[in-house]
Amino acid sequence: MRVVIAEDLALLRDGLIRLLEAYGFEVVAAVDNGPSLLPALVEHRPDVAVVDVRLPPTFTDEGLQAAIAARVEVPGLPVLVLSQHVEPLYARELLTDRNGGVGYLLKDRIANVTQFVDAVRRVASGGTAMDPEVVSQLLARRQPPLAALTVREREVLGLMAEGRSNGAIAQKLFIGDKAVSKHINGIFTKLALPPSDDDHRRVLAVLAYLNA
Amino acid sequence: MDSRDWIRDGVRALAGGALAIPLAVLNLPLLVLSVVSLALVLVPGLGMLLFPLVTRLVRARTGLARRLAGRYGVPIATPYRVLPAPARIGGPRRLRWLLTDPATWRDLAWLLPGAVAGFTLGVLTLAVPIYGVEGILLIPLWTWLGGVWSGYGAIWPIQTVGDGFLSLPQGTLILIIGIAAAPHLMQATAHADRLLLAPTRNAELRLRVSRLTETRADTVDAQAAELRRIERDLHDGAQARLVSLGMTIGMAEDMVEDDPAGARKLLAEAREASTAALVELRHLVRGIHPPVLAERGLEGAVRALALALPVPTEVTAALPARLETPVESAGYFAVAEALANLTRHSFARHAWVELWHTGESLVMRVGDDGLGGADPAGGTGLRGIERRLAAFDGTMSLSSPPGGPTVVTMELPCALSSPRTSPSSGTA
Repeated sequence: MRVVIAEDLALLRDGLIRLLEAYGFEVVAAVDNGPSLLPALVEHRPDVAVVDVRLPPTFTDEGLQAAIAARVEVPGLPVLVLSQHVEPLYARELLTDRNGGVGYLLKDRIANVTQFVDAVRRVASGGTAMDPEVVSQLLARRQPPLAALTVREREVLGLMAEGRSNGAIAQKLFIGDKAVSKHINGIFTKLALPPSDDDHRRVLAVLAYLNA
Repeated sequence: MDSRDWIRDGVRALAGGALAIPLAVLNLPLLVLSVVSLALVLVPGLGMLLFPLVTRLVRARTGLARRLAGRYGVPIATPYRVLPAPARIGGPRRLRWLLTDPATWRDLAWLLPGAVAGFTLGVLTLAVPIYGVEGILLIPLWTWLGGVWSGYGAIWPIQTVGDGFLSLPQGTLILIIGIAAAPHLMQATAHADRLLLAPTRNAELRLRVSRLTETRADTVDAQAAELRRIERDLHDGAQARLVSLGMTIGMAEDMVEDDPAGARKLLAEAREASTAALVELRHLVRGIHPPVLAERGLEGAVRALALALPVPTEVTAALPARLETPVESAGYFAVAEALANLTRHSFARHAWVELWHTGESLVMRVGDDGLGGADPAGGTGLRGIERRLAAFDGTMSLSSPPGGPTVVTMELPCALSSPRTSPSSGTA
């Protein structure tokens, strides 16, 4: 699997390269600033990009902006965005094109290597990987259309946003696979999501969650 | 301006004119009292008591004049020196404070010219519209009372009924002129009052210096407390965790050959400890300068904040450029505090934040549809906002009638700095 990495701190960049290569990824480009990221993404069209939000020269959010711009030029380009802090606002901006293949994780999560690599693979295959911190920041909100959901359905939706499979959700909530499918169908119905393939519906449900 | 506004302003000014006349008359006894009490200052006991009491009355009167002037768009600041230490009425310290304040003497100097100006302009304000009303009512009054009037307006004497009817349009015109002129006349009174009642340049500077001294002391205190808090959080939190992390990894290093399973367990612990340290650092950083503020500026940071609130909050912003970093930070924490107050106390179902720049200052308005009845004296939150803004000469005003809605308006004088670096984002 081909990866482009954007991270300005050499220590972290080398660590990421070593880590991903150890798990069989091929790092085709590793950039350390905002302006060279977009050309690198468009040129290499990687299977997945791992991008730090804050990059030189302005140290604001050029990593995120470049990722969003790249997805305009290459629709659906899978991007996993990393940051020292997470904002539901940024997650929403990443997902607004409704294409999936988006991850948004705290840098802390890299420490759990297997979970991190899983998340990279999931994003590469078009899924989502929202940081549990994003989900917990949104838990307090009780607004339409989410107000219609039961507490359990909200929990299931949060875990879906994190990118967990039905099986993983079942395990986490100590319920059966069947119950999970039932909750997920309930969520799709209550959020009035048009029928389409299941993966895409999941992305739309997560977007609805972020937009509420 | 709407024609109703015009009439409303005019009628208000007429009422002001009617009030100005008795108020002007009131100045005369105050002047007499002041002169008498000044003459008696040297009389033991009585003098020290009388002059402060009379000054209190005079200051109530001039205070009223300043407030009334403010209503006609001529704000007059209060010029008095601050009482340095509590001093009771009748004591020498209080007397000296009054006698050495130039504003006391300027107040006294105002009493007579103020009375003349107030009386004259008050009478003029009322006389013109009354004359207009007389013209409008001339014919009915004439028929009722008989031919008492010998003329009106431009026609002297009135000889025919036709001449008499001409008083109606004349009177209407004069009434309109009177109503239109009334606010200007009252404004002229206010300008005249300002000559003596406003602080002198000297007094203004003195007031400004004492205010700056106060806010600087507050800022320094707040900053020192903040640094102390950060130091303690780092010392007890992240630093301590890193020390224990180093120890755990060292132990794992020793064990790795003899007890690989134990070493693996220790390493897992170490990883968890590193995550916990990161969580703590993140919270600390958020409290010092939220990263989203650095990345997106005030507008983006407020949107991000609104997104995580339990109350649905709409953010509208019209900020053409990034603001100075200290202003952004002060503004952000002020809005955050106002929103925190709102979620804690108001039971609101909707809230909104507006941000805009007037060219001279940043205005932030936070409102909700909750219970209302918020009192800046009651909560530390609103006091905290005031203090934060005061360091930048900013102000806060609160409107919160019982039953709501509550609106907090905060203003920070500042210039706009660099042009916007990131595009605007959607609504929260």
